Amino acid sequence: MKINVNGELREITSPNLADALDELGYGDAKIATAVNENFIPATLRHDTELVQNDRLEILAPMQGG
Amino acid sequence: MRSFYGVTLDNPLMLGTALYPSPAIMADAFATSKAAVATVSLRREGSVDQAGQDFWNIIRDLSVHILPNTAGCHSVKEAVTTAHMAREIFNTNWIKLEVIGHTDTLQPDVFGLVEAARILSQDGFQVFPYTTEDLVVAEKLLHAGCEVLMPWGAPIGSGQGLNNILGLRSMRAHFADVPLVIDAGIGLPSHATAAMELGFDAVLLNTAVAKAGDPVEMARAMALALAAGQAGANADPMEPRDMAAPSTPVIGKAFLE
Repeated sequence: MKINVNGELREITSPNLADALDELGYGDAKIATAVNENFIPATLRHDTELVQNDRLEILAPMQGG
Repeated sequence: MRSFYGVTLDNPLMLGTALYPSPAIMADAFATSKAAVATVSLRREGSVDQAGQDFWNIIRDLSVHILPNTAGCHSVKEAVTTAHMAREIFNTNWIKLEVIGHTDTLQPDVFGLVEAARILSQDGFQVFPYTTEDLVVAEKLLHAGCEVLMPWGAPIGSGQGLNNILGLRSMRAHFADVPLVIDAGIGLPSHATAAMELGFDAVLLNTAVAKAGDPVEMARAMALALAAGQAGANADPMEPRDMAAPSTPVIGKAFLE
């Protein structure tokens, strides 16, 4: 299925968020996730199913003031 | 000394982590100034470069308190969601809450700020709200659950210093027990000194150090300036007066006319 990952269309086969992050190459990276503008805690990634056209945001630490 | 949600800081400098010429210079600025708090943010992470992981390793080694921000958020929902994501990544309840209301001045949307502060406080966050010197807004932020207030000195990144001394002094007087931080607008060490002389508890700055020709030296200057202002405030300064008053005693002066 195709989902939007950080603003780009990506093709994935994983049915849930945790597996999708592995498939997309994030592994053990220090990240936080939101699906369709809703925060998904790390503890709920396995239970969060993804469907076609979902919008996934993957954020990481960045410089800030 | 006023504490920040139970945390007493050794140093009143809260230093941003953006805009430095290099990560090494940023780390040196922290080491030289002994800043107690580092502000950080969140951005989209690519699966290939994963730049955020390198940055996190540098920040972790600074051994300072981490204050994540919601910079760039223009709505309550966006700010609240970003705060939750920051809490998971940085493992802290502290959040520098920004709800931006105007793209040119980057002044806060104080209506959205109060609403977001209430939501986040109820969710267990310890909110550091980037606000104005408006006393009514400040009251509402405290009522929403904030235990710290962070009025701007001047627009973010402007380096203008303290634009409304009267308003900031009024804020200090009205909220004598509340930790107050000047957040944004500082350009020179003298601005930082002035903030501390007004009785503020800390100063949060970034651009003034990061964009100086020598960021490490400016970080050192800011730390010295803050210490001078704090010591001056603690020393109970004299009251200014309109007319001159000779400091040299006139009694015993020779008659030489």
